[in-house]
Amino acid sequence: MMDILSQLFPLPPIPTVPQAVFILIALVTVVGALIVAIAPNLYHNALGLIVAFFGAAGIYALLEAEFLAVSQVLIYVGAISTLITFAIMLTRGMMFGRTSRNNKQVLTAAIMSCLLFVTLWGVIGHVPWPSVFADLPNGEAIIAKLGELFVTTYMIPFEMMALLLLVALAGALMLARDK
Amino acid sequence: MLNWSAALSQFLMNLGLPQEVALGITFFIGALVLASIGPVLALVLIHITRKVISRIQDRLGPNRLGPWGIFQSAADAVKLLSKEDIRPAEADVIAYTMAPLLAVFGVIMSLAVIPFANGLIGVDLNVGVLYLVALGSIGIMSALMAGWSSNNKYALLAGFRVVAQLLSYEIPMVLAMLGPVLLVGSMRMNQIAAFQRLEIAGFNIGAGYTAFIIPAMAMIFFISALAESEQTPFDLLEAESELIAGFHIEYSGMKFAMFFLAQFLNSFFLGAIMVTLFFGGWQGPFVDQLPILGVVYFLIKCFAVYVVMQWVRGTFPRVRIDQMMDFAWKVLVPLVLLLILWQMVALKLPVPTWIQYVSVFVGNIVVVGIVLGVLGRYFRGEQLRTKRAFEPKSLIGTMQPAPETAGD
Repeated sequence: MMDILSQLFPLPPIPTVPQAVFILIALVTVVGALIVAIAPNLYHNALGLIVAFFGAAGIYALLEAEFLAVSQVLIYVGAISTLITFAIMLTRGMMFGRTSRNNKQVLTAAIMSCLLFVTLWGVIGHVPWPSVFADLPNGEAIIAKLGELFVTTYMIPFEMMALLLLVALAGALMLARDK
Repeated sequence: MLNWSAALSQFLMNLGLPQEVALGITFFIGALVLASIGPVLALVLIHITRKVISRIQDRLGPNRLGPWGIFQSAADAVKLLSKEDIRPAEADVIAYTMAPLLAVFGVIMSLAVIPFANGLIGVDLNVGVLYLVALGSIGIMSALMAGWSSNNKYALLAGFRVVAQLLSYEIPMVLAMLGPVLLVGSMRMNQIAAFQRLEIAGFNIGAGYTAFIIPAMAMIFFISALAESEQTPFDLLEAESELIAGFHIEYSGMKFAMFFLAQFLNSFFLGAIMVTLFFGGWQGPFVDQLPILGVVYFLIKCFAVYVVMQWVRGTFPRVRIDQMMDFAWKVLVPLVLLLILWQMVALKLPVPTWIQYVSVFVGNIVVVGIVLGVLGRYFRGEQLRTKRAFEPKSLIGTMQPAPETAGD
């Protein structure tokens, strides 16, 4: 009896420790993302988004990209979520659950998101993911290298980002100024 | 470099345990010790606060329970534990319950990268300083969650104010943290502490504090830390002596105690970060020969910084909210940007290291001198103006305030 069962439903292989951790983090991230999409209260959506951000940071940490993980928490959890929360709180009508998740664009959104999913699926399936053979510098060197790349190879994108933020800052000041 | 956890796991493995189990036990012990430091420490900190403040105010402070009243905090903790947990009827249950947890979580997590002695550190992250910065944002989230979920407009308004204050003072604080990072060339907390050694005739007296090179940065960090931990003169969010508390107005019992705990621990840990970054961390005489002495030096320095914070709390008046925001954006941020710029230029000058350090130091002193001069002149003018506005206009004049334009 047990033999037939185990033949019919083979047990998945026991995950290694990193795999188990990954599964946990991925579950947390997916639950967070689901809250964003499903929860009726807008503020709960924002909280779910924070959970999802934390999950992404956890995945970065698991991949030993500490800088990226910490930056993820700093920028997304610290700045972006605070911004979103502020935006929600300053519009009182939306704050106390009087919003509907559905509007006229439900169908369009569904089609678009399905298309996006298919596209991503195709891209992920067909990209020959290169595996890195070169030894990564460890410890301080990796941060130093990152900083060096920011001001040499990737200087223009880096500076463009700074410029963009500056423009956004000036724009916000213009909008908020007393007439 | 010593590694205490490696020694412990090696000891366990020598007892015959497999490697995974030994590592697991080591990590568990480390996490347990770090997590349980917090609540115990808070009792000590509350006692210190009460004693220091009462000394300043010429009273005795707690003196009934035990010698010097040391059991008073424990009794208060038990009282808080036994209080009823009240929840507003319309509160948002999830956010309301999560907020105090997050507040304590964000604070205690910072213990992970604080070096208590050489190598005695939870995890020596290569982005340690950045990690501490990122944790600050969790505190902001918890304040917003608490303010919103209480379903009380005063709590919500106070939550907004907390966020405004914390975000504003985070900028000078983070930039001031860059000072030691630039000097050392590393974001590892242990390495920053290890850098601050001073050898005299081959003997490390451990007093090569970065605060001697960048005193202005240390000062800016201290001021921002006061604001970040909501201490006087920046405690207008709470104003314990006059108002009910801010964003945690609807909390009671243990949940309120969690916010209280977070606040006390936050001020202590910000002090600990300041000690590590600017005052040598575990450095001190004989620390090379006997590394465990580092814990003693580190704790002495941390408690000293904490007592100074309480001293400030006992003596300074509270600032207004507009003064607070002005001070962050119009004084601290430009000042610290200027200091960083000068430090970067000075550290790239093609001269010996000690000349670089001296020029950084001189730059610090000059910039702070100019700022204090400008501020001093402004406030003297302000003082004269307000005094003149309240002076009687004639010999039999009343004490009516004069119109705005008078005296200018």
